[in-house]
This record gives sequence, structure tokens and C-alpha cells, in this order.
Amino acid sequence: MSSRTLPLLFVNLGGEMLYILDQRLRAQNIPADKAKKVMNDIISTMFNKKFLDELFKPQELYSKKALRTVFDRLAHASIMRLNQASMDKLYDLMTMAFKYQVLLCPRPKDILLVSFNHMDAIKEFVKDIPCILTQVDETYQQLIQIYTNLSSGEFQLIRQTLLIFFQDMHIRVSIFLKDKVQNSNGRFVLPTSGPVPYGTKVPGLIRMFSCTGKEVSRLQFNNGGNYNAAIREGSFEIFGDRVTKLGTNMYSVSRPVETLMSGTSTNSAQHAKVNMAPNPLAKEELNLLARLMGGLEVQKPGNADNGFRVNLFATDEEEEEAFISRPDELSYGVIKIQATQDQQASAELAKIMGEFSQSGDQSPIVSSKGDDLLAMMDGL
Amino acid sequence: MYHKEKSIQIKNSASALYNNLGVLRIAPRSLTYFTVVHANVVNMVSASWDGLNYSHRQLQSKEPNVATSTSLIMQAAFCALPSRDLLVVTSQKGIQIYESDGSTMVYWHALDTPDTPTDQAVFARGISAVGNSYICVGDSSGSILVFDVPSKGSNITLSDVLKGHKKSITDIASECSGSQDCIADLISADDGGNLCVWKSGEEFQRFNNIPGFDISCTSVKLWKGTAVAGYGTGQIRLYEAVTGILHAEVNAHARWIYSLDIAPFSGLLLSAAEDSLVRVWHLSIKPESLSVEVAHLHNECVTDTQICGAKFCDGDGHAFAVTGYDLSEIIRYTQS
Repeated sequence: MSSRTLPLLFVNLGGEMLYILDQRLRAQNIPADKAKKVMNDIISTMFNKKFLDELFKPQELYSKKALRTVFDRLAHASIMRLNQASMDKLYDLMTMAFKYQVLLCPRPKDILLVSFNHMDAIKEFVKDIPCILTQVDETYQQLIQIYTNLSSGEFQLIRQTLLIFFQDMHIRVSIFLKDKVQNSNGRFVLPTSGPVPYGTKVPGLIRMFSCTGKEVSRLQFNNGGNYNAAIREGSFEIFGDRVTKLGTNMYSVSRPVETLMSGTSTNSAQHAKVNMAPNPLAKEELNLLARLMGGLEVQKPGNADNGFRVNLFATDEEEEEAFISRPDELSYGVIKIQATQDQQASAELAKIMGEFSQSGDQSPIVSSKGDDLLAMMDGL
Repeated sequence: MYHKEKSIQIKNSASALYNNLGVLRIAPRSLTYFTVVHANVVNMVSASWDGLNYSHRQLQSKEPNVATSTSLIMQAAFCALPSRDLLVVTSQKGIQIYESDGSTMVYWHALDTPDTPTDQAVFARGISAVGNSYICVGDSSGSILVFDVPSKGSNITLSDVLKGHKKSITDIASECSGSQDCIADLISADDGGNLCVWKSGEEFQRFNNIPGFDISCTSVKLWKGTAVAGYGTGQIRLYEAVTGILHAEVNAHARWIYSLDIAPFSGLLLSAAEDSLVRVWHLSIKPESLSVEVAHLHNECVTDTQICGAKFCDGDGHAFAVTGYDLSEIIRYTQS
């Protein structure tokens, strides 16, 4: 649908990921210098110019599988390691949080304000590092340039595209359950009260006019809710009060990160049907992914002293248990593109695909090569 | 006024798309067909009136070649012409026309899609039958494609392309199918809130342009010469179609309206929005003053659901059906 959706999806999911990692790094008492290095490395990788150039090109949204692969890679852009179960949980939390924000946005254009809330927080994380700050600022400019002049209809199309991406996801997140913004069946609470969106009037009035345009009568009706007038509009500039709280950091030391996996399978059969269907997109997606990943440089793990593992669960046993008991239908089937970690193998890979030669020419892909590529990727 | 009936379960949940519910009443067979779009699939259910038999079918969006991306469906709607009923499915790649039971595809029209995506999305959206033999379908550039439909068979032809909109078409509606005494019988709406009023025929004529306010008009209906339009601001506006005179303005919903429907024999109006509410109104035309009156009759709240489709199941408005984002059922209500 909208070819402008991917950058917003990426920035917002990335922002949520950083909130969660920041909280877990603190909760696990990772030394401050190591924690800072992880955050800086990830943010620097996220806003890598080559990577963002690819991302901002008009294109269809990636599948969940493909996007998960990108975030896997991003999460490992530094000295931090995550086990599969923790990565799954991280991704669940990121996606459910952004789904919540998209659904609750009063107007489709407010998704941009949510994105700016994430960007504001990211900027705060790297405010002491000028070179990364510049990358973030450039991205702000790009977002403002591309999105501030889109019409309401185009924003709604972006929102509808995002909602298709999040369709049928009902993972329960304990912070949402505690705050009563999510029901025990995993569905979000949509209140019929509160301020109406900016630009909308409180429902309840019928006005009728004569042929000359004069108002001839007014009728009130019961709107079935408890609404009040809209509050002021948030700022779409590089600095400003966004007004909405959607997209700000909801985690803190006292409100830890947890998910509940039991009882999530009620709609998972449908979820599975959509995901498990053979994906003719796979070849084209892989090509896009490889181009994108070319811009994501991954750190060598380095010596054992520097690297460390972060656990999204309270204990190692819980993590192990979560890994074993995760329902099949909720597995993301991540493509392991470890080949790209090695620069030489990456060049080889690119050559095989015929997308890039050493001199940077682009040639069209022949489908049989695509099949080989697919097989090769799955075997890694 | 209305009470909830047993819901119909569908195979997939509904996607958040405007006017995401198609209904076709087949009186001779005591059946009603429903269609609900989920991503690249149309879920069809055939429901017998005695509530005992339900049969399901799924239609996929057609992709011209496998190497290109999946084509998401924007809308599925029934077109009831005097000679036959058809099901039209519009997607990012083109327009598919099926027999009304979804059994056979009788026509495929491909949209011009560029090789590499541009920032302007490409899709078809907005479907209506009009006149004796036409089906009109809108597209993302603002054009309306007019297809001439023979009374049988698959010899459907593209007979005209109407230019009147600069923004993407959101919805198209008609009235007076088969009869001659309408000045204008077709209305189209776009993402800028603009409405165009047309008269169908061998050469379609544009009668009027009702400008919008840069807010998307997501759903539009035509009834007794009155254009009824729902907007992203939650407002419903009623205009006299051929003159553009504003009859009434209703602050109807707290979020984007996603669907409007009219029961032509009773003048009942159904509106549904992202705010979880479905409202029933009554429209009456006062011949002496040539004005239209709107009265609010009823509210239904579908808790925690952003509604994306709502339609009456019959011409009197005795019953209506509703779909919502992420909901795998068609909720039904009947007059008490």
C-alpha cells in the first residue's frame, strides 16, 4: 500500500528496542561504560547513512520475517549478545508497543508525533556524542521533509499499511495489562471518552440549513461516550512539545519489562495461516535485505572480556523455559544472514545475486539464482 | 431499537480498510453473501436466512507474476446490475471481477504499476454499479474507470476513463439503477474530501463538483438526489448533489468514519467509525422546503474495536452487519 511506511516502522520499533535494552542494561547492573557503548553502537548503526538511504527509498513494507532479521542484526551491532528467547521477547515487546501506539493515535498524522517522541529520546541517549547526534539530526530533517506535508488521507494509508503488518498480534504485555490499556485477551482498550482528535468536533450536534445557507435548526443527540474538546496540536518541528505521550518511554526500574506467553494462542491459528503461507516475496525481499544489511556493519565479538549477554527475563532458567515453550505459531522464522558479518563473504554473496558487482553495476536477478540464494540462506 | 444477533465467524480478521464489508441479498435462494477483506485475501461467506448453513470461500488477489510483491486488496464489493450480480475486487495490481458467488473470475484489468515504487502509491479503490450495465472503479491517481458489462459472459470492456479528481478515489456510489428519472446517478469521493457528481450513459457527464476541506471523504452514498458523505473528521455532511447546497452537517463521530450505508426504502442511514460506534439515523426529505432532515435513532458500541465496515442487510434496514479491525467475525444486529 503506502510506499512511505518503512522508515516510520523502523524508527518507532528501533526506539522501543532502545527503551527496552536501556532498561534491561540497568536492571542487570551492566557497568555504565559498557551499557553506553552498546546504546551508542546500536544508535550509530541504526542511523548509518547508507542504511537509511536504502530505508527511505519508496518501497513496500517488508514481511515480519524480514524486518525481524534486520532488528536481530541491529541488536547485535555491539558487544551485547542476546539468546533467541530474549530476542523473541524483545521483538514481541517492540511490536506490541508500536501496535498500541498506532491504534491509539487520535489522528493518522499523530503517528509522526509518536515517531518524533522516539527520535527525541534517541537524541537524548546520544546527546554527548557529536558525530552520532549529527546522524540523528539529519534523519530528523529527512522525516520532516518527507512527512510533514503529506495529507491526512496519505497518513491514513500509512496507518492502514502498518495495521496490516500488525494484524492478529495479541501478545499480552504485563505493563499494558497493569495499566489497563490491554485486556486479558490481548486486545487493546479503546476508550470512548477523553479529548477528541485535533480537528474533530465532539460528536452530538446536528445542524440543518435552508437552501440559502442559513442554519434553520440544531439538534443534540447522545453520543454514547464521554468526550471533551481537542487539546492543542503537537509540534512537527525538530524541537517542540509533541503533546502526546505515545512513543515516550514507559519503562523504568520500577516498571520492568515482561511478557506473558501463556494463553496467547487464541488467535494464533489465524496468525499462523498468514505467516506460514509460501512467500513469493522472499526472493525480492532477500535482495532488498542484503542491500540494507550491506550498510549494517557488525562488530566482531572481540575478546571474551568485552562481550556480555543480556537477558530479557528475570533468570537464565526462565529464558530457557521460554525458549522451549514458545508456541510454534509465534516463531518468527528468522533468516540467518551471518554471511554478511564477514566482509569477504558479503562481497561474494552480492556477486552471486548479481545485484552488485565489484564496480557497483546493478544487473537484474535471474530467478534460478534467487532459488540458490534462498537455499544458501536457509542453510546458514 | 436493534439487538445483537449471532455473529458469523470468518476465516481471517478484517483489515483496517474503508468500507470493508460487502453484502448481497439473494432473495430467491434465501441467502446473503458477505465479503470481508484481510490483506491479500477476500473472505466470502454465504449465510442462509434460517441461520443453519454457512459456507466459506477465499479469493486471493491476482498477481501478474510471482516475482513481484504480494498485492494487497483495497476493497471488495458486490455490483448489482439489472441483468446480473458481480463481485469486484480491487488491489494494488488491478481489478478482478468475479461471478457473485466468487466461483469464476470473469475479467481482469491490470493497473499501470511502475517497475520501482514511487512515493505515490498505486491501487484501485471505490466500486459501484451504475445505470443498466456499467461498473465504475476508482484509482489512486483520481481516475474512474468505467467498464461496460454485457448481460452474460466475460466480454467486459473498459469504455471510459473519467477525470474529475486529483486525489486518490476513496469511494463511489450510485442510485436509480435501471430507471431513467435521475438527473445524476453517480457520486465519487476522494482523499481531499472532494465529491464529483455524474450522470451515466454512453458518455458520462460531470454535473457538479462539491469541494472538500483537505480532509478525506472516506465513504459516500447517494439517495433521492442527496449526497451523504462521511469524513476523517468524524463529520457527516448532506448535500443536494446537483447543486452542492449543504443541507445538514452532523458532528457524528469522534474518529475517522470508515463506512456509511443507506437503506433506500426507509431512509435509514448507518455510520461506523474508528471510535467503536455504529450509529443509525433517519433521513427524510421535506418536499415543501426541499430540505433534508436528519434524526439520530440509535447507537451500538463494539467495545475496543475500530470498525471498518457496516452495511444494512436489506433495503428496509431491518438488519445490519458490522466488521472491525482484527475481528474475525461479522457482527449482526436486527430490529427488535
